[in-house]
Amino acid sequence: MPELMQFLLSGLTVGAVYALVALGFTIIYNASDVVNFAQGEFVMLGGMITVFAYGAGAPLPLAAAVAILTTVFVGVALNKLAIEPARGAPVVSLIIITIGASILIRGVTQIVFDKQIHRFPAFTGDAPIPFFGATLLPQSLWVVGGALTVFVGLYLFFTKTLTGKAVLATANNRLAAQLVGINTGWVMTLSFGLSAAIGALAGVLVTPITLTSYDVGIGLALKGFAAAMLGGMGNPKGALVGGLLLGVIEAMTAGYLSSQYKDAAAFVVILAVLFAMPQGLFGAKSTERV
Amino acid sequence: MLEIKALKSAYGRIEVLHGIDLSVSSGEIVTVVGANGAGKTTLLKCLSGVQPVIGGSISFRGETMTHVPGHKRLKRGLAQSPEGRQIFTNLSVEENLRLGAFLFTDARVDQDMAEAFQMFPVLKEKRNLNAGGLSGGQQQMLAIARALMGRPACLLLDEPSMGLAPILVAQIFDVVKGLKALDVTVLLVEQNAFGALSIADRGYVMETGRVTISGSAKELIADPRIREAYLGH
Repeated sequence: MPELMQFLLSGLTVGAVYALVALGFTIIYNASDVVNFAQGEFVMLGGMITVFAYGAGAPLPLAAAVAILTTVFVGVALNKLAIEPARGAPVVSLIIITIGASILIRGVTQIVFDKQIHRFPAFTGDAPIPFFGATLLPQSLWVVGGALTVFVGLYLFFTKTLTGKAVLATANNRLAAQLVGINTGWVMTLSFGLSAAIGALAGVLVTPITLTSYDVGIGLALKGFAAAMLGGMGNPKGALVGGLLLGVIEAMTAGYLSSQYKDAAAFVVILAVLFAMPQGLFGAKSTERV
Repeated sequence: MLEIKALKSAYGRIEVLHGIDLSVSSGEIVTVVGANGAGKTTLLKCLSGVQPVIGGSISFRGETMTHVPGHKRLKRGLAQSPEGRQIFTNLSVEENLRLGAFLFTDARVDQDMAEAFQMFPVLKEKRNLNAGGLSGGQQQMLAIARALMGRPACLLLDEPSMGLAPILVAQIFDVVKGLKALDVTVLLVEQNAFGALSIADRGYVMETGRVTISGSAKELIADPRIREAYLGH
């Protein structure tokens, strides 16, 4: 029983990171139908830049802020320099552009920083907290709390604010969005900036637990993608539930089967979703009259 | 109010508007009729700034706006209810209307929405439903109501009767006619020439990217060339 609880706790922690990556996917997908495979690189940048800013002597909160802002800048630049000029291209081409961008970001990070594995101290110490016979790292609470906060914030943004609805409207019908006075170019910039910020935040929160290096992004992007598919692409609630669920599935696979199969769990989930229910758990069933 | 001079537009290298001259005065209902493919929708897209103009000019309320970006034209008072309705199918009826007033955050938004519901009571009944589930006629009403939420001085209406049952067509045309009382100038593009001309003050006939005939709606309805080509008798 303590074993199960331990797997559950570590699954939820990792799952919260997947949920944050999936939320990043959700925002850009909602605004543009593009699945941004550079999303994992945002997480990596969040962690790596914090490591080096902290190493250069900045206090941790400042280092984290620098990392998040720099990543937002990278996200906006990705939109301005690579996605916007290709407007009108098929969505598949745009997705391939994001894969190219992720390779570029990884390469540049490797040159600017290094190829080592890094970490910085946990925010509130490393003393484990006993929890129903299992132990919990204080940093896990930060990760899960961060994911929940971002989720609630996004939920309110998309359902309660006019700007949030403008993002949904742009995703649904770009022409009509322009006709009601929405600057659709600005909506795209906003989405990439927001997505990058969420990714970077995930990187900042999780690095003390999982460590970081220039190449952690691709794995996170694939896991986050699996989580978003499981929950239903484009649905913030789906991203959260899908992420947590995937994290728990992974932890159980590692715990009860073999840790060698851990990474396979995500791909089995993608296949199962595609075969059995392509809309995912919370995906909208499209019922539209024409 | 709206002055179009020698307007040209192209899709890629293929020119589809070959120099359109057209004007709409304040308070008028002006219609552009013509067959499918005559360039009517392209003309409206140029007016809304979502289709590039390669020659000529558009001026609106005395200001040139040939190359003003699409999302800035509503602020200047020009709204469009586009062809095929183009409502936001993933949002509720009420959210669609609220987004129609995206530029505004004042108290008049609620008032305008109440008026829209008065104009189209069926939208009020379905205000919380997903707009994608509305019938064709209801979607058309929503598209017009959403455009009106932007407080336009001039409304561009593209094929509001398309695909609707005759009884709904009559209802939509009644609404368009009623816009005069709300001080909204209307430029109505229609394939249903008879319906459009019967509510309009003036009309233009477009054929393959050119205006071929223009005049008062009464003259056009009586014109034998038009009776033969568009009215079927």
